[in-house]
Amino acid sequence: MSVRKLLFWLVVAGLGAFVFGGIALARGESINAWWLIAAAVCVYAIGYRVYGAWVATRVLLVDGGRATPAVRINDGRDFVPTNRWVVFGHHFAAIAGPGPLVGPTLAAQFGYLPGTLWILVGAVLGGCIQDMTVLFFSTRRNGRSLGQMARDELGPVGGGAALIGTLMILIILISVLGLVIVNAMKHSPWATATVLATVPIAILVGVYMRGIRPGRVLEGSAIGIALLLLAVWGGGWVDQQPTLRTWFDHGPLTIAYGIMVYGFVAAVVPVWLLLAPRDYLSTFMKLGTVALLAVAIVWLNPVLHMPALTQFVDGTGPIFAGKVFPFVFITIACGAVSGFHALVSSGTTPKLLTDERDIHMIGYGSMMLESFVALMALIAACVLEPGVFFAINTAAGVVGEGAQAVATISSWGFPVTLEQMESLAREMGEATLFARTGGAPSLAVGMASIFSSAFGQGMLAVWYHFAIMFEAVFILTTLDAGTRVGRFMLQDFLGNFVPALGRTAWYPSVLLCSGLVVAGWGYFLYIGVIDPAGGVNILWPLFGISNQILAAIALSVGTAILVKTGRERYFWVTGLPLAWLTVVTSSAAWQKVMSDDPRLGFFAGANDLASKLAAGVLPPEKAAVAPQLIFNQRLDGWLTVLFVGLLWLILADMTRVCLRHVRQSAGMTPAQESA
Amino acid sequence: MKLVRAFWSWLRAVSGDDAYERYLAHHAAVHPERPVLDRRTFFKQRQAADWSQVRRCC
Repeated sequence: MSVRKLLFWLVVAGLGAFVFGGIALARGESINAWWLIAAAVCVYAIGYRVYGAWVATRVLLVDGGRATPAVRINDGRDFVPTNRWVVFGHHFAAIAGPGPLVGPTLAAQFGYLPGTLWILVGAVLGGCIQDMTVLFFSTRRNGRSLGQMARDELGPVGGGAALIGTLMILIILISVLGLVIVNAMKHSPWATATVLATVPIAILVGVYMRGIRPGRVLEGSAIGIALLLLAVWGGGWVDQQPTLRTWFDHGPLTIAYGIMVYGFVAAVVPVWLLLAPRDYLSTFMKLGTVALLAVAIVWLNPVLHMPALTQFVDGTGPIFAGKVFPFVFITIACGAVSGFHALVSSGTTPKLLTDERDIHMIGYGSMMLESFVALMALIAACVLEPGVFFAINTAAGVVGEGAQAVATISSWGFPVTLEQMESLAREMGEATLFARTGGAPSLAVGMASIFSSAFGQGMLAVWYHFAIMFEAVFILTTLDAGTRVGRFMLQDFLGNFVPALGRTAWYPSVLLCSGLVVAGWGYFLYIGVIDPAGGVNILWPLFGISNQILAAIALSVGTAILVKTGRERYFWVTGLPLAWLTVVTSSAAWQKVMSDDPRLGFFAGANDLASKLAAGVLPPEKAAVAPQLIFNQRLDGWLTVLFVGLLWLILADMTRVCLRHVRQSAGMTPAQESA
Repeated sequence: MKLVRAFWSWLRAVSGDDAYERYLAHHAAVHPERPVLDRRTFFKQRQAADWSQVRRCC
């Protein structure tokens, strides 16, 4: 390393240490967004250039002279050598979903500090490493999927656990995302009309790209995006019409049923009609809006009104229960470490790589960018007045309604008034913003205030509904794509018992398996909607735990491969994040199962409700749904036990495989690298 | 101008807008003797293949 280079990195490191210190020590005075962005840029620069590059060249031993599967096979269809910037775009678009927007918003209840630290450190040491190693190992195996690699490298137990884990995480993920948009659309004619309009727009684009101008993706997408923007404005018009608006004014349960019907239909109609065109639109919307948000935040440099730490680090948080350890690490999964990325990193992306050396940029770099998206979501949440933030994100079952809610929230030391909430709702074009839990509405309020100060005042309502539409479009994309993937996995699994069900194109099997998947997430969505405590409190931690366990599976596979290929002295590269995730998920799961606090522990919550029901102290509307809630909490408790059981099963399997290798004992299975 | 052109070709490649042209080029280079798919059929096959795997994340 030349002296100039060394000096440069010393400056980066020094600046990073300085802003980090500034963030961590700023007490009592608010800081602005540039501090967080500067810290992020320094951490990413060092993580990428120093640690990431070292792992790629010294641990993984990427080899530029080795032909990648795309170069070797080059069938012009699946395996296509592609420019690295194009692969980067593909890969980033595939991994960036609604997760990094929702999780950090919810975790803002602890203040901005815990979330920021975990997003930065978790990404450079955990998430980026996971994505890069999985991408590398899958490339060396002709793009085999995570499940196949788990089966090859660990054995049938590991493979089976990966399959079950993936299916469960899909179900939980879709239900919680469904809940997020239900809360954005309930009794909001504007949001409902706009989101509904996205369905015919997607169909129109699908027909255009299929029949009118086949394969003209950009033309079709441009038309679709123009129509989506029109739909945002049109929703506002609908909201002004006294009779028309009542058609779109629905309670949460009706909207939830609508989403289930939509999810089923979208999964069984041909992909070109709805799924593919919606995906094009959502990808462009996503990239465009995220870029816009980054520009606006950097330009505006808003002040964070949220304190660095709130009193809720002690576990009494209103949005979700649990102390900052381990729950901030569960709540922010996507954006720090997301197991789901391992599914994308194995499969599609490895088949496009032209040069193994690009794995550093594509695997590590894309995750870094996603982590930056999560940080922006956190900033957008912390820009809001904390009182407003809590009023939007806390369920009526926790703080009461209206005047009672503002009194409770103000008593926590986060002043907010009824007039403030009413005028904010009026500005955003909504009847009320109270108890719109799930993160999307508060993110939309944060984005709307950032956008309108950056790009012109007086358009708050339009920006708010633009943000809601943007979130809804790609939540719905995840919802229908996820339902379809879940259907394939279920068909594959059931095909082992009834071969006919395994034929993915056989229509009765399509209907049955899609119906089963929709019923799975539909159940959790339904319970989330009828739960007076908001549902997010239960579902999001469950999602976080399952996503982190999938990450642990991916890191176990990576660790096993490192050991099996004679790199055991570097096993800590994947082993360290694996150990951390094991500690975090196991302790979170332990608390969710064993805690006596009825808000935190699933079984404690069920028993508390059951005793209240038996004593007859519940009001009639709560008593009516109590039996279902009691059953659900017990089910969630057992699910958590199952997840952790899977995790420890995989860990034991990985340890067995590694020990055999280290001791060179019998039954050793070689690493399955191809060509 | 050069930058705009580079961005445009990147956008076309990333979105799959130029997939058929790339397919034709690949076809001509590797097995020109075989019959070539028309644009509509190619696009149909490509979409079906794309959506039979995990393509999108949370």
